[in-house]
Amino acid sequence: MQHLWAVPHISRRAWKVWQRNLEVFVKTWKVNFFPPFIEALLYLFAIGLGIGTYIGGIGGIPYIQFIAPAILAISIMNSAFFECTYGSYVRMYYQKSFDAIIATPLTIEDVIAGELLWGATRSVISVTMMIPVFAGFGVISLPLSLLVIPLAFLGGMLFAGIAMCFTAITPSIDTLNYPSFLLITPMMLFAGTFFPLTLLPVFLQYGALAVLPLTHLVIIARMFTLATLSWTIFFSLAWILVVTALFCVISINLMRRRLIA
Amino acid sequence: MQTRQITDHEVSARVPVIEARDLRKTFESINAVDGVQFAVQKGEVFGFLGPNGAGKTTTMRMIECVSPRTSGTLLVFGNDPDIAPAKIKQQIGVVPQETNLDPDFTCFGNLVTYARYFDIPPAEAKKRAADLLAFVQLEEKRDVLIDKLSGGMKRRLILARALVNNPSLLILDEPTIGLDPQARHLIWERLKILQAQGNTIVLTTHYLDEAARLCDRLVIMDNGKILVEGTPADLVQRYVGSEIVEVEKSDRVLACLADMKVSYEIAGDMVQIATESARDIARALLDNCQPGKVITRPATLEDVFLKLTGRTLRE
Repeated sequence: MQHLWAVPHISRRAWKVWQRNLEVFVKTWKVNFFPPFIEALLYLFAIGLGIGTYIGGIGGIPYIQFIAPAILAISIMNSAFFECTYGSYVRMYYQKSFDAIIATPLTIEDVIAGELLWGATRSVISVTMMIPVFAGFGVISLPLSLLVIPLAFLGGMLFAGIAMCFTAITPSIDTLNYPSFLLITPMMLFAGTFFPLTLLPVFLQYGALAVLPLTHLVIIARMFTLATLSWTIFFSLAWILVVTALFCVISINLMRRRLIA
Repeated sequence: MQTRQITDHEVSARVPVIEARDLRKTFESINAVDGVQFAVQKGEVFGFLGPNGAGKTTTMRMIECVSPRTSGTLLVFGNDPDIAPAKIKQQIGVVPQETNLDPDFTCFGNLVTYARYFDIPPAEAKKRAADLLAFVQLEEKRDVLIDKLSGGMKRRLILARALVNNPSLLILDEPTIGLDPQARHLIWERLKILQAQGNTIVLTTHYLDEAARLCDRLVIMDNGKILVEGTPADLVQRYVGSEIVEVEKSDRVLACLADMKVSYEIAGDMVQIATESARDIARALLDNCQPGKVITRPATLEDVFLKLTGRTLRE
């Protein structure tokens, strides 16, 4: 039995799985490309014309500008997380696609790596669709905000890895609901997204920084979109890099354990 | 003394395509495959028969390099699946028991996408996909999604998919399961063509007529072990004999058979007698025992199978 943290051997063939998913995505581009675009517009109208008029601003920053990076970060999280939970589970369990692919020169490690890369790519696609909308309404600063696109790949890998761990251990597709409402929804609300982390009790602030991955993604995204870089970006980047590597490795080993008897 | 260089060709002619010695697979405490030994030679059609849970599929999965063996030796093209899986998988085509075509693609898309996993360039992949659709008579379904295909069409497409890398070894796990006679005959015909082209084929099946028709050699497995190995005709001759008389069961018939000192087997409401001369037995029964229905027929692989693995239901 291989250890959960053993570094898996992955070949370049992993990209063939990524390519398969991309082709399917592009085939149904009409239903795939527009949701992030529409989502960005909906937030702008709801917050800009609605809630935003009641809130003067946070620390001198207009409220809509405060939450724009959080909306991008949440989109990064959701795209990768849902792709690598429900999406991957359907391909693994209902479509038996992984079984079909591992009968070719690809290994299960290649397949899962390809799925993770694809999850991260979904995040990149989402923010790439949203950034022009936000930029058009002047709520994010350019050109620094463009760095959210590469950040989306890193953050996407983070949430793809976390998602794939759940996919590897879930007994059925229904039980994937647990991580989405016990982990993803709380993070969406409490990771310094719609109000500053500093409004939370101190121990919860530290808790969020220690264990809520979205917190760090929001911190970095906010530095980019508000053009307020600080050295603490390195702390958040390091946190994401380490945790991403950990979850991606563990998810591949868990999947191997699940699928290779 | 003269020595001569042995060419690669000569070596490959001698090395069996698959060689297993004391091959074992244990799941927790169950010995799914319990020390089997066999060798499949180039160009052969080799069958694995056995009741459900006999260990056939597990053996296939070990050869396909998707399930690591617990112990023993396994060589495919002279390579160890634990050490060089990609090299082996590059040369084999697999028809799995479960239909796992990609529902997000058309028939053509399935073949082209699958070809890419074997590093086949796109232009070549498209050419092969078109040829293979013709080979399995699915040309008019080229741009149809998988959901719209019948069961028989799906199995044919899976066969086409298994051929996309021009495999030297084709592994088929119950290739004609659930198919109508037309579709079965088409698949058999295609397999015959592939064999004639020099391909090695390994298959499992529950259809004993299919095994008798297709296999050059076969093994019958039960409880993870190989019970017998041989050509279909040999096995029938060796374990059953040439002919079978079936007669409706009655006390009179049973008493008669006891008097005639012939051994028989009871199968439901019929009595079966394996014999070298069905005619003599049948005549004796008709003359002396007032039997109900009497049937004589040649012995088949099915008789061997039931004799060796029993009539008890599995699973």
